[in-house]
Amino acid sequence: MPGNDEIRTIIVLDARREAVDISTIYFKDELTQTAKPGQYLMVWVPGEDEVPMSISTINHNGLSSITVRNVGPTTEILDSLQPGTKLGIRGPYGNSYEIKGEKPLIVAGGSGAASLYPLVEAFIEKGIIPTFILGGRSSDQLLFEDELVDLLKEKLVISTDDGSMGYSGYASGYAALLMAENEYDHVYTCGPELMMAKVFYETEKHNLPIQASLERYIKCAVGLCGNCVVGPYRVCKDGPIFDTEMLDTIREELGVSRLDASGIKVRVNH
Amino acid sequence: MNAAGVLGMTPDILKRVYDSGAGAVISKSIGPEPRRGHPNPTLVRVECGALNAMGLPNPGVEYFVEEIQEIKKMGVPIIASFFGGSTQEFADVAYKLSRAGADALELNASCPNVAEELGMLAADAANVEKVTAAVRDETKLPLFVKLSPNVTNIKSIAVAAEWGGADAITAVNTSKGIAIDINLRRPILANVTGGLSGPAVKPVSLRCVWEVAQAVKIPVIGCGGITTGRDAIEYILAGASALEVGTAVMTHGLDVYKEIADGITCYMENNGFTSISEMVGLAHDYENIGVDNACLGMTK
Repeated sequence: MPGNDEIRTIIVLDARREAVDISTIYFKDELTQTAKPGQYLMVWVPGEDEVPMSISTINHNGLSSITVRNVGPTTEILDSLQPGTKLGIRGPYGNSYEIKGEKPLIVAGGSGAASLYPLVEAFIEKGIIPTFILGGRSSDQLLFEDELVDLLKEKLVISTDDGSMGYSGYASGYAALLMAENEYDHVYTCGPELMMAKVFYETEKHNLPIQASLERYIKCAVGLCGNCVVGPYRVCKDGPIFDTEMLDTIREELGVSRLDASGIKVRVNH
Repeated sequence: MNAAGVLGMTPDILKRVYDSGAGAVISKSIGPEPRRGHPNPTLVRVECGALNAMGLPNPGVEYFVEEIQEIKKMGVPIIASFFGGSTQEFADVAYKLSRAGADALELNASCPNVAEELGMLAADAANVEKVTAAVRDETKLPLFVKLSPNVTNIKSIAVAAEWGGADAITAVNTSKGIAIDINLRRPILANVTGGLSGPAVKPVSLRCVWEVAQAVKIPVIGCGGITTGRDAIEYILAGASALEVGTAVMTHGLDVYKEIADGITCYMENNGFTSISEMVGLAHDYENIGVDNACLGMTK
């Protein structure tokens, strides 16, 4: 069987607090080292649940990481792990960001910066420094700010919902402003779906291609069960990265509805 | 057709399954009330297949009525799989799904993953006959009864479903299994046990089709590890008139439906068959097939 479906045991080597409710968990896993930007892992907390997590570091001297925001019982456990804890993982799963454009704009909201960090590294490897909007609720909620400043210098710009740092308002508002004032040739976004929907509509005004990372309730992760479907797409297998054409297809659901565990459509509320 | 439980969540994804080459689609098993199913891990890949314990997640029949109507509007033939916790619930859900406009019903008598909660109907011939008859009274639609391989004598259960008024038997649901993580020293699935599917179960499921075809006069629908046109032909020769494919989507993607259909067509062309029905159950006549009638099979 393909190795990425096999459940491996990882040992938490380091757990770094990024914000009051966000932490990054570092571990070694050979297959995760070969992941592409935008892919995810299924992370199994034995006795609790198994949840999809974006890969936030791919192979820094053998170390990889996931970054977790505490939004429920399972992520609460992941957000308070001590080094030495054992977890199960399978993956990497899903498609990945396609590296396109010479003048990309990247829009990150909250913990969405996790999946975008490896994308930034991929661009820099190609000699391209993207413009990066790092958005958060407030200045103490800005994920990977120090690392991104090192990589991007003045191309990193900040927005905070409460105005405590940088642009005052939502990252999507700042993105609209930048798209109006500057020439970009590709847009990437990951964060709250309502923010990504607004960024998508804005790219349409400027006729810009976009890639957005969507989140749904993933169960099987291998494209079988259908719990994560949006329109005709399985987020676990056809996604999680949706390009312009896919986003156009799911327009009626984007930022509007998602399936709960039983398959009932419920409102997307963030 | 897609096996029940595979991608049967929404009209849009079922339409995609249909457009991929399935002749009809089957919904997730629908029950009287919404169910979230079991927590994750609900699926683990194993040697030559997958082990799953989804736990019958479904939005409930009241909600699903609208989904069926939407699928019908798309022009997609839909078989509604369903279950209940009692004879009355099976009958009620079947009635509502018929009224919603489904083209056929598949009575799921055989989910291996809710045994403690609901019991497994397909383990008991008398109950299978009783429930099938109760459902029969509520619907004029074609009624399939899906059986389990996890029984001592599948022939007796199939006959019970036939007596109860089933129009076809689907053979079979998954085989009960377990997967253990040696590092964490515990079962992987949250439900501990799950249903094994994929190539790993094919010989067992094929034997079930073989036995059921011998036992009943109604058509048999084959299900279990079908991945290639060759697998499909084996099932047809064993007695299946139609086929359900699930786990192969994990290994071969949605194109697998067309690949299997093309493989069947290729075999038919090579062997001078013009319809599936000419081939159904031919292998049962093995004692009378001379070597002269043997053929070179398929080219793909």
